[in-house]
Amino acid sequence: MTISAERETEVVYPDPTPPSSGWFQGLPARPGWLSQHIGTAAIGAVLGYLLGHWLGNVIASGYDYVANSGVTSIANTGGIALGALGWLVGIGALNYPLAKIIGKEPAPEFETTSWTKYFRYTADHKVVGMQYVIGVLLFLFTGGLLAMAIRTELLTPTSHVFGPGTYIAIVSEHGTIMMMMATSVVVGPLGNWLVPLMIGARRTAFPRVEAFSFWVFSAGYLVILTALPYGGFPTGWTGYAPLQTQAGGGMISYLAGFALIGTGMMAAGFNLAVTIVNYRAPGMTWSRVPIFVWSILATCALLTLATPTLFAAGLFGILDHTAQTAFYVTEHGGSSYLWQNLFWFFGHPEVYIMALPGFGIVAEILPVFTRKPLFAYKVAAAGMVGVALLSFFVWQHHLFQSGINPDMRPLFMLTTELISIPTGFIFLVGMGTLYKAKIRFEVPMLFALALFFNFLIGGVTGVFLSDVPVNVTVHGGFFVLSHFHYTIMGGLIFAFFGGLYFWLPKMTGKSMNKRLGQIHFWMMFVFFNLTFFPMFLIGLLGQPRRVFEYQQNLQALNTFSSISAFILGSSFLVFVANFVWSIFIKPTPSPANPWDSLGLEWQTASPVPYYNFERIPVVLTDPYHYSEDGAPAVADLGETVLVGVAAPAAADGPPDTGLVQHETSPE
Amino acid sequence: MSDTAPRPDDAPVAAADGEPRHFARMIAIWLMLSLILDPLFYFLVGPHVPPGTMTSTAEENQFDFNILIVIALPVLIAVWVYLGYSIVMWRAPKSGVADPVGGETARTHLGVQAAWIAITSVIVLFLAGFGTFELISTNGAGGGEGPNPIWTPTAAHILPIQVIGQQWAFTYRYPTFGGFETKQLMVPVDTTIAFHVTSLDVIHSFWAYQLSIKADANPQVDNVAFTTTNHTGSVTVRCSELCGLWHGAMFNYGQVISKQAFENWATATEKANASNTKLLPPFAWTYVPDANGADGGYYNDTVVPYSPSEVYGAKQPAS
Repeated sequence: MTISAERETEVVYPDPTPPSSGWFQGLPARPGWLSQHIGTAAIGAVLGYLLGHWLGNVIASGYDYVANSGVTSIANTGGIALGALGWLVGIGALNYPLAKIIGKEPAPEFETTSWTKYFRYTADHKVVGMQYVIGVLLFLFTGGLLAMAIRTELLTPTSHVFGPGTYIAIVSEHGTIMMMMATSVVVGPLGNWLVPLMIGARRTAFPRVEAFSFWVFSAGYLVILTALPYGGFPTGWTGYAPLQTQAGGGMISYLAGFALIGTGMMAAGFNLAVTIVNYRAPGMTWSRVPIFVWSILATCALLTLATPTLFAAGLFGILDHTAQTAFYVTEHGGSSYLWQNLFWFFGHPEVYIMALPGFGIVAEILPVFTRKPLFAYKVAAAGMVGVALLSFFVWQHHLFQSGINPDMRPLFMLTTELISIPTGFIFLVGMGTLYKAKIRFEVPMLFALALFFNFLIGGVTGVFLSDVPVNVTVHGGFFVLSHFHYTIMGGLIFAFFGGLYFWLPKMTGKSMNKRLGQIHFWMMFVFFNLTFFPMFLIGLLGQPRRVFEYQQNLQALNTFSSISAFILGSSFLVFVANFVWSIFIKPTPSPANPWDSLGLEWQTASPVPYYNFERIPVVLTDPYHYSEDGAPAVADLGETVLVGVAAPAAADGPPDTGLVQHETSPE
Repeated sequence: MSDTAPRPDDAPVAAADGEPRHFARMIAIWLMLSLILDPLFYFLVGPHVPPGTMTSTAEENQFDFNILIVIALPVLIAVWVYLGYSIVMWRAPKSGVADPVGGETARTHLGVQAAWIAITSVIVLFLAGFGTFELISTNGAGGGEGPNPIWTPTAAHILPIQVIGQQWAFTYRYPTFGGFETKQLMVPVDTTIAFHVTSLDVIHSFWAYQLSIKADANPQVDNVAFTTTNHTGSVTVRCSELCGLWHGAMFNYGQVISKQAFENWATATEKANASNTKLLPPFAWTYVPDANGADGGYYNDTVVPYSPSEVYGAKQPAS
């Protein structure tokens, strides 16, 4: 990479006067309730749904494929498809492309300081990031409430709170919502918000694609909820095929919802990957990129390469329902294995979509609270890339007992166990960084340390699952259920909350309450383990997943797990209380750099201006020079005088750059 | 795994005078805990680990699980000891904790990194090799091998039992006894069994817990799993793949009984069920729903079983 010695000398700010707004003329130019916002999106969604539903009935009247519902699959699909389209049109996602198509010059976006920007289609990655924060939390809490319902049903072996149909709908909805949420839980909020700041960029590569990813993601949320009025779907989040083909109207919501979420994942991944590759500031070489950005890059590779399979699989399913194709119908020449293979070819890389960003977050948090450089940076980055590559070669371990060719089993056992080598690098990195450190137990650090505890259990039990003989006992039971909750919730969700406590002061300019944060952490950590550890035993003792009745002798463990789950669930109320209290009710301004981080994202002004950096920074070194005398400053930010920049001592030394010597004062 | 961390003599940061030998301590704690917990688990808990020892596959799978625990425990302990030690010794609030030293030496340590990669690789490759050996030596470890199993038992007599999953029950057909169908799984002891698992509708999974058999039931697929029974007792069968509304209620029970009792039961049931068996679709390895589907009928698929009839020709087990 060649680096220009010249700084960008002139910053082109957009015209501050709002251009005339028209429906076709670009992004929301006119603030206020007359322009497009979430309300018009909702109207668009409702109108689109009604139109699509009517149209579907016109096309396929008198042909009732969905049993006992009076609804045709085509009307159902049409309603959802046009509803989602209406949502996007209503929010203004199509203004720009449509204006281009009809030959008009779309209005440029301008900065708005009004809070209403959070309800609009906006190209500011920081606004999109905050929209994602609220979006994924809503997703998470919806899925969490359903989890509470599941644990309520499992309090007793044979007396029931829900009927079996309701229960299976709840289980399926919980799994699907949580998996959809987890694909974007870090990439969406923290990835969009932080990556441009971490690499010294003013924006992401494709701001409209970034906004599109959020609004498609939110459409996916609404669509998966529409499964409930259709009676839910009975397949769990895996949607296995003959059952999928047999299922009623809710199945379309699952297939279309996943296709929409998948579209959002591809858009978000594509945008951030291009941003990371092309928008790094001068001097931000690959060996200086923060490790979080490496994790997002690896995740983006998975998002863009694995998700199209899910999208295609979902479309095949919709065609099977509406157009009577037989992709998954064995007796008409299809194959039930086709769905399993397509689904897991996406599904297993997806598991690492849900692990890598968590690793990135804790690797970013550890140096700050140990005051030490990140240990084995290159190994960490290589591990993330290695995991991303290998994750495409492990999917059939979900099918060990399914009747696949038997000689595939040793192969996939080997690849699955191999992937634990690069996955284990995060432990090398974490343990090396903790060595002779001076650990500050702030709330983000507690969450980061918890990841190591939880993910270790999740990872080691993963090795048990990958071993085919042991898999005979543990596959399809509560053991595997506990395993993936340990990796996804114990890893990713803990890291996500650690990341929120860590970066929210920068994102919102407000401090979160430390005491409430500690209460949240300890409740969540203790009761997470008390909820899910017993499930390993429950699984080993013979309880299959997704059952509403179980053996009498497992009641003690199940009841214990349920009660722990209720407390685990209530720990999130502490977070919500903290969030609402600290951000909205009694906001306490946060210092610009409350944790004394060296990261570039903390070096710009606070609150972060619309264009992030007044001048594109020239990056001089990586952000991990903690406790190092005479270390160079992370970046030269131009003439801006910053208040509260960390480690001023570190700024004394000469830049360690082997690059072209830049001019420190361009003007 | 804890010895992958830097040893005191080549620790990345030169130890100050009077600095405790952190790694010697950690290794001592790790070794002690591992040496206590591993045998405790293996000898006290191990024999009771599911799925027990009723069959050859159950026995081997239990052994496999225990070996994995014996390897996993030291790994878990190593990381936990290291984390616990760091948290206790290097916490900022504690007085006398030295300021950390940054710089190049704190960033990388070639020996540590290489050792870590080497040790994790050795463990992982050993586990893959061990798992493969256990898988092959137990003829598929009781998991479904699909219609063309490549690891088949060498026993002279193999009893075939067909497991048919449908929403929401398992039934069993005994092809060497005229193909009668029952709701209860009866298995003779000291016999090698070939379970042929298939489905009439959606995907189920036949999980005979104590037998350590798990094989998905796919429509029009003959999924074969083998085991050899060691001793008598009762068996729980559950469906372990979500198959719709009453998945949670899809379970039944079976018995492993003596060979003579099985012979008596099978001959008696064959005779008693003869009129019902005539109404069933002729025995086949898989079944296809009737073309018009409406009457719920099934006809034979043309799938040829992996083993030609000479394997299953005579009534099994030979008495």
